[in-house]
Amino acid sequence: MTLLPYLVAGWIFLVGLYGLVTSRNLIHAVGCLAVTQSSTYVLLLAIGYRDGGTAPVFADIPTDARVVDPVVQALTLTDVVVGATVTALLLALVIQLHKRHGTVDPDELSELKG
Amino acid sequence: MNIARLLPLVVVVPLLGAAVLAVGGRRLPRIASDVVSVAFAATSAALALVALAGGAHGAPYVIDWVGGWRPGPGGEGVGIVLAGDPMSLGLTAFTSLLVVAVLVYSWRYFEEPPRRRSGSFPALILLFQAGMCGFCLTGDLFNSFVFFELMGVVAYALTGFRVEERRPLQGAMAFGLVNSLGGYAMLLGIALLYARTGELGLAQIGRQLDGRSPDAVVLAAFVLVSAGLLVKAAAVPFHFWLPDAHAVAPTPVCMLLSGVMVELGVFGVTRLYWTVFAGPGGVPHEAATRTLVTVGVLTALVGAVMSWRQRHLKRLLAFSTVAHVGLFLIGVGVLSPEGTAGTAIYVLAHGGVKAALFACTGILLDRYASVDEKELHGRARELPLTGALYMLGGLALCGMPPFGTSLGKAVAEESAGHTGHWLTAVFVVVSAVTGGAVLRAGLRVFAGTGPRTYDDDAPGGARVPGDEGPETGTRLRRIPVTMLTVPAVLLAAALAAGLVPQWAAGAGSAAHLFAAHDIYASAVLDGQTAPAAGAAPAHWNTAGVLLGLLSTALGAGLAVLGARRPRGAVTERLLAPLRRLQSGHVGDYVAWAVAGLALLALLAAPGTLTSP
Repeated sequence: MTLLPYLVAGWIFLVGLYGLVTSRNLIHAVGCLAVTQSSTYVLLLAIGYRDGGTAPVFADIPTDARVVDPVVQALTLTDVVVGATVTALLLALVIQLHKRHGTVDPDELSELKG
Repeated sequence: MNIARLLPLVVVVPLLGAAVLAVGGRRLPRIASDVVSVAFAATSAALALVALAGGAHGAPYVIDWVGGWRPGPGGEGVGIVLAGDPMSLGLTAFTSLLVVAVLVYSWRYFEEPPRRRSGSFPALILLFQAGMCGFCLTGDLFNSFVFFELMGVVAYALTGFRVEERRPLQGAMAFGLVNSLGGYAMLLGIALLYARTGELGLAQIGRQLDGRSPDAVVLAAFVLVSAGLLVKAAAVPFHFWLPDAHAVAPTPVCMLLSGVMVELGVFGVTRLYWTVFAGPGGVPHEAATRTLVTVGVLTALVGAVMSWRQRHLKRLLAFSTVAHVGLFLIGVGVLSPEGTAGTAIYVLAHGGVKAALFACTGILLDRYASVDEKELHGRARELPLTGALYMLGGLALCGMPPFGTSLGKAVAEESAGHTGHWLTAVFVVVSAVTGGAVLRAGLRVFAGTGPRTYDDDAPGGARVPGDEGPETGTRLRRIPVTMLTVPAVLLAAALAAGLVPQWAAGAGSAAHLFAAHDIYASAVLDGQTAPAAGAAPAHWNTAGVLLGLLSTALGAGLAVLGARRPRGAVTERLLAPLRRLQSGHVGDYVAWAVAGLALLALLAAPGTLTSP
């Protein structure tokens, strides 16, 4: 097990954050949020990995076979579902915003101030 | 019957109700869908109350391993536990009752066509209730992330419910992006905790951490999970989404967001700290106190100052919620059972008062199509009852005895005073300023105090007149009786929180169980019933009453001064930088959230990494 997957997870999180902070387009911002979230997938799967482990499906392997941790995979699946919900809802809001304001640039959407 | 069997139902009943309304809401007439939704919400509230009452006699903990998946004799297992202690059950019951109040309040809401979707609003509210109740009751960290996201997603949808209007969409967008980011930070922290301990249950993680010394991974997990919860709690500097969302969300939604959802973030941080990190392998008490109290003081001061300078009533109330969250964080952050008990009463009473204030503001919005202090100047003289309720709410927010806000504030500030005397002053000043801001707006709107026009072109109220649509389809001519009864009942509940000694005693013993590291784990994992004895009930004392009267007098004085005199140019210039931070730009909010993560790490690190 190397340090690399953890560094990758941290990098993805930071890249997503950078994109969110500098975004000039809300669709892009929602995409960046999804990028940020994918760092959680990488981290979870990296945590459950075991050297030489195979997929935890016991249909065709002996029950004492070395497998990776199935718990984190279940967590990742749930996480994907959560992410899909959030992304879909936010994109729907962006579409409505575009209909009402005619723009998806956060710099031009600043009625809520102070 | 085993009371623990009721726990899943508390969450499942509103979910079922939401499903029924989502499917049947198209065919049901409006009145039927309202009755169905209230019935489901009230059932859930009743179940939570039964569990609370059943738990109060004998064993205070009500534990249910869902589906019977309990851990084996060695403690290994993947089961999910619902753990109701008096604190979480009380909060669940309060949440459900507030949902009932909100559903009753909103029966005239959203009458505009298309009418065939009459079920969608109550269905979303019930989903929201399920998320909040689940978040309170779960004893599993990943499960709590899922409920966290559930209530988040539903809240974004509710905030942007009026998709035909411009501003709600913007508020919902900022709310959604910042809160989801907080959720993912929380999940990263949960993953780190799983990596360290191989467990996901709060009690199990806590036990595993007890056996090792703290390291950077544990610290990072604490920072990430706390940050996620503090985003929900709208603590500075994670708070920017809250005023934007509250200013534009439908009033009934604001009642829930301000009344309980934000406070659930505080509850989450406290529960997390005591169950997981309070042991020898976690974050030492000094570090946790330093973190929570610093963030709390910042939050309280920023919220108070910002609420004073708002003229948009909903934004004013939103910033006042930020200020009170700061006080709650100080109350739980001193890590004493008394501070926690005081905060519990404070949260209950504040929830009632704040929801009542939003309800009064909603009446203004639906009658005058505006919630702007300047535009409404003196126009609401014709609504004496609403005005009386609003002013009473303002006084309660100041901490006027014998409201529960005053009792909670007194107990929490006394406990905080043991940590630092100046914290007591923070409690008094902050509650006086935010209460004073509410009273000032009330004096202008309901009594027409002060000059009619004043030189003030500050943003925050900068908007095109009349673009704030009433939420009831048409403007109200007559105020429906439900819209007045609900705030009256909520204020009465806040009063009862201060006067009923059983509630204060209950809060005392609940906090005694809540603010302890081992009791939770032994109750959840070993089935040991903890002794409830030894808890001092929260009670009134002379100093608390006097400080409450002092903050009320201060608040009232500030309100009269502020209403009579237009704002000074000097204070405006002093506050301008703070105002500019609230830029309405999502990118800025995210940047501040990142800065907040760094701040939390800096505050929590000393003492955690260097301890033996």
